[in-house]
Amino acid sequence: MFIPMAVAIAEARVGKRGERIYSSRVPQLLERGFIAFKSSTYMMVLSGFIEPVLYLLSFGYGIGTLLPTIEVGNETIKYAAFIAPALLATSAMNGAIYDSTMNVFFKLNHDRIYQGMLSTSMGPLDVALGEIGWALIRGFAYACTFMAVIAPLGLVVSAWGLLAIPAAVLIAFGFASCGMAITSYMKSFQQLEIVNIILLPMFLFSGSFYPVSVFPVWLQNIVNLLPLTHAVNLIRGLCLGHINLALAGHAMYFIVMIIGGLFFTTKRLNALFMK
Amino acid sequence: MSLIGIRQGSLQLVDVARVQSRGALYVAQSRIRQMMKWIWIILGFAIANPVMYLISVGIGLGGLIDKSVGPAGIDGVKYLTFLAPALLAQAAIQGTMDETVFPTLEGFKWSKTFYSMNSTPLTGRQISNGIFLAAIFRATYTVLLYFGVMWGFGAIKAPHAWLAIPTAIFSGACFGALMQAMAGKLEDENIFFTVLGRFVMMPLFMFSGTFFPLTSMPFYLQWIGWISPLWHATELGRHLTYGHVISPTMVWVHFIFLGSMLATGLFFSGRIFAKRLAK
Amino acid sequence: MSNPLISARGLTKKFGDFTAVNGIDFDVFKGESFGFLGPNGAGKSTAMRIIGATAQRTSGTISILGKDPELHGPQIRAHLGVVPQQDNLDMHLTVSENLYIYGRYFGLPRKFVKGKVDELLAFAQLEEKRDTKVEALSGGMKRRLTIARALVSEPEILILDEPTTGLDPQARHILWDRLFRLKEQGVTLLITTHFMDEAEQLCDRLIVMDKGSIMAEGSPASLIKDYSTKEVLELRFGSDRNQAVADSLRAMCDRIEELPDRVLMYTENGEALLEKIYAADFHPKTSLVRRSSLEDVFLRLTGRTLIE
Repeated sequence: MFIPMAVAIAEARVGKRGERIYSSRVPQLLERGFIAFKSSTYMMVLSGFIEPVLYLLSFGYGIGTLLPTIEVGNETIKYAAFIAPALLATSAMNGAIYDSTMNVFFKLNHDRIYQGMLSTSMGPLDVALGEIGWALIRGFAYACTFMAVIAPLGLVVSAWGLLAIPAAVLIAFGFASCGMAITSYMKSFQQLEIVNIILLPMFLFSGSFYPVSVFPVWLQNIVNLLPLTHAVNLIRGLCLGHINLALAGHAMYFIVMIIGGLFFTTKRLNALFMK
Repeated sequence: MSLIGIRQGSLQLVDVARVQSRGALYVAQSRIRQMMKWIWIILGFAIANPVMYLISVGIGLGGLIDKSVGPAGIDGVKYLTFLAPALLAQAAIQGTMDETVFPTLEGFKWSKTFYSMNSTPLTGRQISNGIFLAAIFRATYTVLLYFGVMWGFGAIKAPHAWLAIPTAIFSGACFGALMQAMAGKLEDENIFFTVLGRFVMMPLFMFSGTFFPLTSMPFYLQWIGWISPLWHATELGRHLTYGHVISPTMVWVHFIFLGSMLATGLFFSGRIFAKRLAK
Repeated sequence: MSNPLISARGLTKKFGDFTAVNGIDFDVFKGESFGFLGPNGAGKSTAMRIIGATAQRTSGTISILGKDPELHGPQIRAHLGVVPQQDNLDMHLTVSENLYIYGRYFGLPRKFVKGKVDELLAFAQLEEKRDTKVEALSGGMKRRLTIARALVSEPEILILDEPTTGLDPQARHILWDRLFRLKEQGVTLLITTHFMDEAEQLCDRLIVMDKGSIMAEGSPASLIKDYSTKEVLELRFGSDRNQAVADSLRAMCDRIEELPDRVLMYTENGEALLEKIYAADFHPKTSLVRRSSLEDVFLRLTGRTLIE
């Protein structure tokens, strides 16, 4: 009997873990990302990189004339060196959130791209991982370029700073999987705006521009729960070479975000397209 | 479907002269009505935004800066006082721009409401003016709320500080008019938003003397401020709220710079709207 | 007959209190063209999504190629080509990229898919549009591309949900021609439609659905034979008079239906009936004699028209 190739490929996955929601097609989805990327506007690509650099110039060097150094623990460092890691963390967050909210919302509700994907032999976990995987590749590229700017400026004090790049990817992973989970529950564009409204206070209060120790204790306690605070502390710790167990804690925070985000995204995609 | 009675006819019912004189108001009214659907979110954000910025940057970062620069202060005042008028101008400019650019795109592209408006006696220029008026409405309450928050934070020092309110609204209107004309020309909005947001608004926000005096930047970068409506608006705002010293000539320069944006923007926006609708 | 490819018994799908599909039974055999005819909201699309292994049933059983779609979704979808009601092409990609990446979603090797793309472009008559962004295509072209895309995995079963809704007559005929050719190659077609002419043209066998239930089943010809007369006489007397006239005409034919805008009289010989009506001193504003269609079957079964 003649068995079409697509069927043989699908049958080969029978009995594998999660066969009903996952068909190991992430590479194919990344391939889609690259094809779409080839014809995208380079202005858009460049813009993701330009934002942290502008902040660095304005705050690092502009504010730096008013506030040349800052005290971290018992060490005095250049203000620019203090905020550069925070800007890397913030741009990892912003990129991941943009890719997993606006982008995903349009594909979900307007283009119906996921519907098409899920009528093939793929499953919802493929789609979720593929989408997030693409966000991570972009995040990785942005992190590398930003490091290539700040390292020659002497803003990365320690060799541990190299680890800031994988750390930025980890952070992007956490935000992207949660962002996608949240987006999959959103009904309208206005609801999506809420995400942006939450991002602003997070950006302003996560210790990007000065140590959170200037806040009263109650506010510090709240701020210490925010994901961006952990992101900033993780990358700053690596760039400044302040290596301690707390860094592992920050990383853990993002691993939990990743697992939780993926769980809800898959569950929700299942409900949206498979119910 | 039930039947509909046609008794008087449109010749009797529609007062064309009235529409010709008040059309822009009708358009503004419909925009404002739409705004009212989200009014609590808009108001909430209009208050939360200054509160958060003033606490985080003005007080949080400002505290460290004040300690660092010592009793001389920045421009003779505390960092919070220095920063607040710039944020006020920024809020006016951003608010007006959102309220001109988005409705324009919606009207021409997303839901094409301008075309249905245009099939009534309303003209392109009236639609353009109406959108602009509604944007001024938004700018007005945004600025009022912002000013109130500034006052609450003790960032208002000069006796005639309230004049900063109309000045900020005026500044927002000037930039908004220009952006409305541009949005009217727009075909591909995705790229426009990215370019506008990241390559225009961001640099303006960062380098218009908002967070630090323009003069502390190298001279070859100071031109960014000179062409930035935000810098002109901020200079006026600082003058009014805490008595930042500027020469009378410069006051004129600031107003003429902003005013010419307004005139150009409004003139071209009306023309662009009319042309695009007739295309 | 051999075993059915698809077999449903008591298939039911509820959304909260609303029953979209209400205990339907049907069998689809290899190589046939099977239709779901019914108005909007009859439950056709929901039934198609269950068959497409992208929706879960509430109760009943269904087996597709001997498998339960809930347990073996990916394996079943590997056999299917799905053409949804609204095109869901990838707007960020070109025509050929759409075909290519869709094939890749099935896990097919690059080389195989690349060869397949050329074949499909020819099939859909889109060779010249190969490098065009999908956004720039006309409605008919998008539809042909969606169908071509569904064929990239050489599926055994092609599911088409309202394939020609929204297309102009010429584009519809091109599409019908393409579907005929697929059928000739042994592809099993599942088609939903609310166009009676489409059902008559394309389907060997169909079920008539209304409000989630099956009203009748059979070939188009047998359904017309069973539920209608040979000819129909359509008369218009003006919107205020149709009803009154219908009452006095009732005795002259087998069956009469009053619609808001016209009166339908069912008879074996339309012309003869029309003469009789004129002779009886009735003067319709317009009159038309036509053959019975599936539309009449539906009207008979449900008392409603297909397109309202």
